Amino acid sequence: MPGDPKIPLLRMRGIHKRFPGVHALKGVDLDLHAGECLALLGENGAGKSTLIKILGGAQQPDEGTLLLEGNPLVVQRPQDALGAGIAVIYQEFNLVPALTARENIFLGQEPSKLGVLPVADERKKAKELFGLLGADIDIETKCKNLPVAGQQLVEIAKALATNARILVMDEPSASLSQNEIEGLFRVIRSLKEKGIGIIYISHRLDEIDTICDRATVLRDGGFIGTSKVGELTREQLIEQMVGRSIDQEFPKEPATVGKTLLAAKNLNRGKMVRDVSLEIKAGEILGLTGLVGSGRTETARILFGADKPDSGEIEIDGEPLNLRSPQDAIAAGICLLTEDRKSQGLILGQTIRENFGLPNLGKFSTQGLIDQNREREALKRHSEKLQIKMTGPEQPAGNLSGGNQQKVVLAKWLERDEQIFLFDEPTRGIDVGAKYEIYQLLNQLAAEGKGILMISSELPEILGMSDRIVVMHEGRVKGEITDVKNATQQDILSLSVA
Amino acid sequence: MNWKKFLSEYGTLVVLLLLCAGFSYVTVEKQWPMDAKAAKELVGKTQGGTAMILVRKGGEGQDFADALEQETQARGIALIAKAVTDPPGARTALGSIGQRLDIIFADKHMSSFCNEYLADLATNHPNLTRAKVFTPSSRTWPNFLKLENLLNILKQISVVAIIAIGMTLIIITTGIDLSVGSLLAFSGVITALAIQGAGGESPSTSHLILGAAAGILVCGLIGLGTGSLVTYAGIPAFIVTLGVMFICRGYSYILAESAPVPIANADFDWLGRGATLGIPNSVLLMAILYIMAHLMMTRTTPGRYIYAVGGNVEAARLSGVPVRVVLLFVYTLCGLLAGLGGVMEASLHVTGDPKAGNLVELQVIAAVVVGGTSLAGGSGKITGTLVGALIIGVIRNGMNLTGVEAHMQSVVYGVVILVAVLVDRMKTKFQ
Repeated sequence: MPGDPKIPLLRMRGIHKRFPGVHALKGVDLDLHAGECLALLGENGAGKSTLIKILGGAQQPDEGTLLLEGNPLVVQRPQDALGAGIAVIYQEFNLVPALTARENIFLGQEPSKLGVLPVADERKKAKELFGLLGADIDIETKCKNLPVAGQQLVEIAKALATNARILVMDEPSASLSQNEIEGLFRVIRSLKEKGIGIIYISHRLDEIDTICDRATVLRDGGFIGTSKVGELTREQLIEQMVGRSIDQEFPKEPATVGKTLLAAKNLNRGKMVRDVSLEIKAGEILGLTGLVGSGRTETARILFGADKPDSGEIEIDGEPLNLRSPQDAIAAGICLLTEDRKSQGLILGQTIRENFGLPNLGKFSTQGLIDQNREREALKRHSEKLQIKMTGPEQPAGNLSGGNQQKVVLAKWLERDEQIFLFDEPTRGIDVGAKYEIYQLLNQLAAEGKGILMISSELPEILGMSDRIVVMHEGRVKGEITDVKNATQQDILSLSVA
Repeated sequence: MNWKKFLSEYGTLVVLLLLCAGFSYVTVEKQWPMDAKAAKELVGKTQGGTAMILVRKGGEGQDFADALEQETQARGIALIAKAVTDPPGARTALGSIGQRLDIIFADKHMSSFCNEYLADLATNHPNLTRAKVFTPSSRTWPNFLKLENLLNILKQISVVAIIAIGMTLIIITTGIDLSVGSLLAFSGVITALAIQGAGGESPSTSHLILGAAAGILVCGLIGLGTGSLVTYAGIPAFIVTLGVMFICRGYSYILAESAPVPIANADFDWLGRGATLGIPNSVLLMAILYIMAHLMMTRTTPGRYIYAVGGNVEAARLSGVPVRVVLLFVYTLCGLLAGLGGVMEASLHVTGDPKAGNLVELQVIAAVVVGGTSLAGGSGKITGTLVGALIIGVIRNGMNLTGVEAHMQSVVYGVVILVAVLVDRMKTKFQ
């Protein structure tokens, strides 16, 4: 239960961290009170991850102090943090996929009695924890068989099992659907009531309004300030994060809709895609939304030839198209920008140039030999136009920020001059400033008469950028919204939940 | 470029050069050169008169004697006898000199023979009393750095290095091929049997070529089969190639009826023992293949695709890379190269031996790993593999020259492989 309300649960003062060539944190202050949810805001590279790594014991600060309930705290190893009641849930979960939910919760802290694991005790405690979280999870399910939201609950339960009083969550909502986010918020509220302090990192400002009490903003490693939620307007918060004012969050421009470029008819694939028909038109941004797992990504993969449909037809410019592989789709002018850039969009160990060149090698080759200069020149054209921030064409793609990675993926398809762009969560994990640039690129592509399918779970984004919206539920197209200007989040939600 | 980056780029090359320097230092010895230059110098020492050439049989003896003969002719020295022989033969040759002899051109061995016995012989053969012995002057030079030795190293690594090209590509795609040693034997046996079958007792050159092609192609097809099982059936490469390894070894013995299959035309040794312009043919072949492979991996679409598949197979597929074709290609190529290695080995012994290539797969993998190709896939260089093969070859050669016994050599190999992997770890850390 909360102690003296005047002494913060956690106080960080003047935290500095220097890496070779980078001053990652320049004197950051942070207070976290018991029972509060503190938003930690900032663009990618602002220093949020470094700060929570310091808190979690993964890295040590060069300067600065940590006080836990007024007492100096030294965190040199992750075990120290756990011992002090600090649990960090990183974006990439730390679960063993082949172990059950229960086994994962007690991994590393099995309370052994004479060397035998007291499974019955563990079951009881695990059930208690999930009961506390209000979650209905079979504790004997292997983690690999749990949905992302379920895995997250296991992570939270794991943190609570260590009697954590401070819980750090790094973009917990990034891979959750709207419903699941609601569930997460319920959990956070009940944790707050129990006096646990939560540091919540997210790029989605509407979530901050809903769940957080105060917000601390970082920019370029510097501490910008802390304010009560509601004190500052959305625009002011964005300005603090980006360092300049952004007139509009969604710079949507009116579209001139042309002919139908791609028509999918009655696509079926297992349970995920059932009788899906949709049309992508020139100059139009078609928003495709629905809960995570509603079949959006699966539909896009079929349109790109990455998966084969059990039945159904795809037409390009009115001609039937037989897609056997992504190669066929690419040849027909279709490209897919995947949701998960790191594991599907880019080869992180290779250079930007190599990633950019991959689908364009034929174009850069003479008599079978690749002309790297031509490759570099083409990349330069795109990187200037798209404002890709990179040290040079030979920088490994893995070193780029999310927004710039997205731009590299885009550049490789632009070089091929594709006609139909399938964007799966184009702004996931991308900071506010880069999001804005991606939106402008979407506008630009639409203005050039390309057909765009934009899959997104972020309803404000769907409403703000689409010309037409298709909502999916359990693999089926549940409805279409053509009058986007007058649509509300409620309209979409009512379609996406049965 | 800072030193860390330099080391991570060229670390293996530095290791190779250090090894060469080390082995050069410990193998420094007095040398009595027996080449054309030494012959010229030796003949140049004399003033004229009647001369005899006396050189010990074996090694470079005949070439040296011939070189001396040319020099004496060029300088107008009257050559009255030339003997490439052993000590008893030298005695006879000296005894049968029919006129007064002024000069004996001798190599190091024959000069010590003369020092000991010439005075004795001269008492019975007065023609020899005035004869003076001339020997090439010695110089100090490492045994390791003798051209002959260096070529020998290249020749010894050629088979492993050639197969390592294919292995590098497979490992870059995150696969492995344990079957190459067995394929090597299989190819040799098939080649020998095909030559026997087509050419009978006296196969012609075209029979030899056809036989070799058969051996290589069969291994290519087996590689294609391996690749298909890995790609279409989704069985891990380790398991598939382990199976293929046993199958091919077994069939090698069955087809060869457990005994080496002779090849009845000695010309077949052209690839394994022959040389062109002083360079062994096997080394030339290795050089050509490495240049081609290096070009392919750095400058062509297939090369890029191979790296892409190894770096991230899903991202590669979604970028339009024909992943299955790429995988089939690397396994087929590795099979073909293992087959070629088998033909080279068979050529060396003019025999198809079912025992050949035992544990060669591990030497090949060692060369690739020491050369800096990561078993995690996606990265690696053809030039690195060549350096890796050279490092292993140089260590073996150097240890032979310095008399390290076989079991200790095995220990050293093991250490080298572990160090190489440690270096690879550090490399990733630096980046």
